[in-house]
Amino acid sequence: MSGFPRDQAAIVGIGATEFSKNSGRSELRLAVEAVTAALAEAGIDPAEVDGLCTYTMDNNPEIEVFRNIGGRELRFFSRIHYGGGAAGAPLQQAALAVSAGIAGVVVCYRAMNERSQYRFGSGYTPPPLPTAESAHYGYYVPFGLMSPASWVAMAARRYMHEHGATSEDFGRVSVVCRKHAASNPRAWFYQQPITLEQHQASRWIVEPLHLLDCCQESDGAVAIVVTSSQRARSLRQTPVLIRAAAQGAADDQQMMTSYYRRDITRLTEMELVAAQLYAQSGLAAADIDAAILYDHFSPFVLPQLEAFGFAGRGQAKDFIREGNLELNGRLPTNTHGGQLGEAYIHGMNGVAEGVRLVRGTSCNQVPGAANVLVTAGTGVPTSGVILARPE
Amino acid sequence: MSDATDLVTRARAFVGKPAATPVAARDPVNLPAIRRWCDAMGDRNPVYQDAAAARAAGFDGIVAPPAMLDVWTMSPFRPGGRASTERMQVLELFDAAGFTGVVATNVEQDYDRYLHEGDRVHCTAIVEDVSEEKRTALGVGHFVTLRYEFTDDAGDAVGRMLFRVLKFRPPLAQAATAQAAAVPKSIPHPRPAVTHDNAFFWEGIKARRLLVQCCAACGRLRHPPGPMCPQCRSLEWRTVEASGRGTIHSFVVMHQPRLPALHYPLTILLVELAEGVRVVANLLEAGAQQLQIGRAVALDFVEVEPGYLLPAFRLA
Repeated sequence: MSGFPRDQAAIVGIGATEFSKNSGRSELRLAVEAVTAALAEAGIDPAEVDGLCTYTMDNNPEIEVFRNIGGRELRFFSRIHYGGGAAGAPLQQAALAVSAGIAGVVVCYRAMNERSQYRFGSGYTPPPLPTAESAHYGYYVPFGLMSPASWVAMAARRYMHEHGATSEDFGRVSVVCRKHAASNPRAWFYQQPITLEQHQASRWIVEPLHLLDCCQESDGAVAIVVTSSQRARSLRQTPVLIRAAAQGAADDQQMMTSYYRRDITRLTEMELVAAQLYAQSGLAAADIDAAILYDHFSPFVLPQLEAFGFAGRGQAKDFIREGNLELNGRLPTNTHGGQLGEAYIHGMNGVAEGVRLVRGTSCNQVPGAANVLVTAGTGVPTSGVILARPE
Repeated sequence: MSDATDLVTRARAFVGKPAATPVAARDPVNLPAIRRWCDAMGDRNPVYQDAAAARAAGFDGIVAPPAMLDVWTMSPFRPGGRASTERMQVLELFDAAGFTGVVATNVEQDYDRYLHEGDRVHCTAIVEDVSEEKRTALGVGHFVTLRYEFTDDAGDAVGRMLFRVLKFRPPLAQAATAQAAAVPKSIPHPRPAVTHDNAFFWEGIKARRLLVQCCAACGRLRHPPGPMCPQCRSLEWRTVEASGRGTIHSFVVMHQPRLPALHYPLTILLVELAEGVRVVANLLEAGAQQLQIGRAVALDFVEVEPGYLLPAFRLA
């Protein structure tokens, strides 16, 4: 089952605001700034937009964005659930809409003041009436297990126990991300690399996670313009093909607390995404030239490497220790600095970096990168894409 | 010179000088004011209100709670705002520059002696320090440190206070955040959401029983509760009471963020019950250093608020 319209849709424009801890303006304004910047980069008039796509935990309704950019006829709009887990899914929907002829120009966006306006990582606040979702959080929040970091930490501890990974192994992910961020002028942590010693000395957030295992909440917006590959050829940017795009939720799936599976050290939903991406694209792990792996918290980068076959089960720590995430390693990873180093725009900034890598315009360019993997939120129902250079 | 540098320079011209006109307390130290303050603070120490108890403690009569030091000279509430003599020009400089938000960040008091009924307190506030521009969670701002000197009618020092505020530029969106930070309030222990599907679980906890859902058709146990058996799709179910024995499958020690009702660092366990299902709950009475995956634990219950029970585990 790989009916995905491989290479039929392309990313033709990317746009973003600055990344900060206090944007000083509304989330909606961030959204329209990023959307129009992406369209300007693509050379497409905003009035041509007929599709908009985002994902939940974004407060900007499609129609508000649409009326502000002066849109006229919106034929396709969708919003995918589960926050950052959906970062790749809007591209899947955009590619499907474009290839089916439902829409001509679809803009995917993410915009928020998750730092200045609310604290995204501060914990779960239940709605006034009980729902299946709030009932779920009732098994954790009354015990103080109430933040994304804490939900990840529980799985991370078990991963360490079963596979012999250490806090330093998690730290090596943070160090390489911050190294890449240090040479990315857009990054919040531009020119601020860290050492493994600093990682180890940073305060506990939730043991076994140190502060420097956690991304920082950010204000900012990113937008991605998708149209048909055919039209892309006549636009001003080098087209970046959407070679594969998939979503995944798997056995006994929960929102960050899939603690009831036999093995809680795997990301089975990401394994499902990996299987689909490889089947759609006809590619294998060996064909992937660089990766943007979702890194809201460093520990989940390890099982992602295993889900995609870059390392065997439990062996991601060795893959990382060998320096394979570095620019000269086997799999240059998070060349923009990741969410640990650039900004936490729930994966959409990672998609933009994937586009730059394929175009050859990353500030930490991987020479000859032709196939780039971009993954979305981990520990939640998730998604991913493979972006590719036209032949 | 940039506007920001200019602002700091102008504000720092006040350093070492009085921040406002020195004030004398409107009322001498008195029992009614002490009573209201103790009621509000929940302070039941009798030496503040009962002369006999105060004498038994070695005082001549009742004494004021030391922490009331700055209460006596506080400006009265004026619906139209503070009087010109009460306003602090150094803070008004920041207001005028758009740093209209204010939040108290530090208070340190030193006491030279107890205050007795009839003492009249005098206060002078002096500007101690003005910070460079800082980026904080509330927004961009400057910390302003004030030193309050308190004296009696004779001019002798009775205490002093260091008081630091953050004057910040509040984006519109931050009004709620700023207010929440300035006015801490007690937050009840989080409640679970109770639905038709999980009411049995929380009712069981109230009765000190950890109930596990069991499919009435195929016998498979499941947790967290749900309406349908994922194995045989039956909607019929019963419950079995957990033995309370289990092992630690994983655990975390929570430092941030914190719930007001809990004690930190807080240990949270993922326990694999002897019956085969897993549950999340807190660990009672043990330091994290004793913990390891695989250790045996035993079920208990903890009353986190009157009438509100939660399951918890002890090392077995």
